Amino acid sequence: MKKVLTGNHSVSFGAMVARAEVVAAYPITPQTQIVERISELCADGEMDARFVKVESEHSAMAACIGASAAGSRAFTATSAQGLALMDEMLHWASHARLPIVMSNINRAMGPPWTIWTDQNDSISRRDTGWMQFYCSSNQEVLDTVIQSFKVAEQVKMPAMLILDAFVLSHTSEPVDVPDIELVDSYLPKYQAEFDMDPAHGHPAYGALTNEHWYYELQIKMQRAMDEALDLIVEEDKKFEKVFGRSYPVVEGYRTEDADYLIFTSGTVASTAKDAVDAAREQGIKVGNVKVRLLRPFPKPQIREIAKGRKRLGVIDRNISYGSEGVFFTEIKSCLYGEADRPEIHGFIAGLGGRDITVDSILEMIRQTAEQSPESDINWQGAKLA
Amino acid sequence: MIEIRFHGRGGQGAASACKMFADACFRGGKSVQAFPMFGVERRGAPVQSFVRVSDDEIRARHNIENPDYVFVLSETLMNKVDCTAGIKPGGVMVVNTAKDVETLKQAHDLEGDYKVHAINATEIAVKHGLGSMATPIVNTAMLGVAARATGLASIDDLAAVIEESAPAKRAENAKASRDAFAALEL
Repeated sequence: MKKVLTGNHSVSFGAMVARAEVVAAYPITPQTQIVERISELCADGEMDARFVKVESEHSAMAACIGASAAGSRAFTATSAQGLALMDEMLHWASHARLPIVMSNINRAMGPPWTIWTDQNDSISRRDTGWMQFYCSSNQEVLDTVIQSFKVAEQVKMPAMLILDAFVLSHTSEPVDVPDIELVDSYLPKYQAEFDMDPAHGHPAYGALTNEHWYYELQIKMQRAMDEALDLIVEEDKKFEKVFGRSYPVVEGYRTEDADYLIFTSGTVASTAKDAVDAAREQGIKVGNVKVRLLRPFPKPQIREIAKGRKRLGVIDRNISYGSEGVFFTEIKSCLYGEADRPEIHGFIAGLGGRDITVDSILEMIRQTAEQSPESDINWQGAKLA
Repeated sequence: MIEIRFHGRGGQGAASACKMFADACFRGGKSVQAFPMFGVERRGAPVQSFVRVSDDEIRARHNIENPDYVFVLSETLMNKVDCTAGIKPGGVMVVNTAKDVETLKQAHDLEGDYKVHAINATEIAVKHGLGSMATPIVNTAMLGVAARATGLASIDDLAAVIEESAPAKRAENAKASRDAFAALEL
């Protein structure tokens, strides 16, 4: 049944219908509503989960690690400084191969103190071994909670679903909250292959491992991520059969005959569709490409959609200081081996919640269509020259 | 697409009003999107909240700068913020005030390419026991006004949403919205 929900409550209901069994979380703006609603759902008996109050985000992730290692489906949510405080435990979760799912609200890092959106909190956790899904609508948010548990539990890697602060977290729109029985038919009860119950004969994982074995374990993590990319595509097809909704890892909009492509993520990928329509009316043959995943990075799909284009533009709501926008780096890197490489513009826009409008995207489309890139960073809408 | 801005004060329920209004429009078959002013809110400080309503899918995810309709929950806000800012040419503004519309226009120099209406939502709210004359809770009455002014939501859908989601005095809130719907003269 469709309800008008905020992005935050879409996360809460996603965790409920995915039957998360343990939720350990610490509130932080703008994620607080997620935790409040989950704790209410647990208290009212609508959600059959153990809600664990903790004293920090580091402890939240530690509690999820314990719960997941014991064989439970574990969930948490955080944002910005909270995600940063979790960092040690993020690595632990992925190295211990625990399929924890977490929602992160993209909020810019302080100081200066800020609560508005950009991607630097999650971008800077890129190499922790977590899958990262960037969502564009509240429906995608709810559905991604379900999908990411399904994939994470098969490849034994944790997954993070990410939504823009306020622009999704506090925005209400109609969302189909599927019947829990229907979700059960897609996402069966979690059955850990290895749990830490001594009765099952499984010892703890994490003992000192020397150079004779550590390296190979890293290869296995990389292989699990490779496997995850194929599985995300496959599971999305199954998801569509059950729920009638699909989220391609790389989603083209009006790309079929496009000379130019603009690559976007998160809510910008939604606004960009209006900008593409406006550009088309002005005669610019442009398409939008929403990149849903940062890890695993959908390299084959990016190469496929970029083929034969005149020029590309990448909009990053993040920056890797001393380099450039991160999606820009990733996209350039995976096109390096192509025979016919298009020129690529790297735009940085919307840091710290500065609005990214149809008009500002239209301006980036125009620059992509009309000129060759002059530098690796093209600041958009900045007050500094 | 129709874009709407509410002006209120922190704690007056302008943000939840927008969500309820979007819900009512959604029940009538529209695509909707509602959001508060992004950021921190202090009780009593001027705030804004927003709604988009469309027959098509809503893909725009950015601030509303040029609303078709503006609803002001308290005339006192107009001394603090420019409630007419960005209003679309030919747009509509409705203000909760005890003044008649001509006095209101003169008091705030409301001369522009937009229509202005006045409604005494405070009186309606207080009649239904929603706050006091000093601190009335007018958000649901102003929702009735918004339904009437925009024609985007039926008053029955709106009253149903209020009955389901108002945090307290649900029946009274729904009645206030119906009374305000009937009282607004366009």
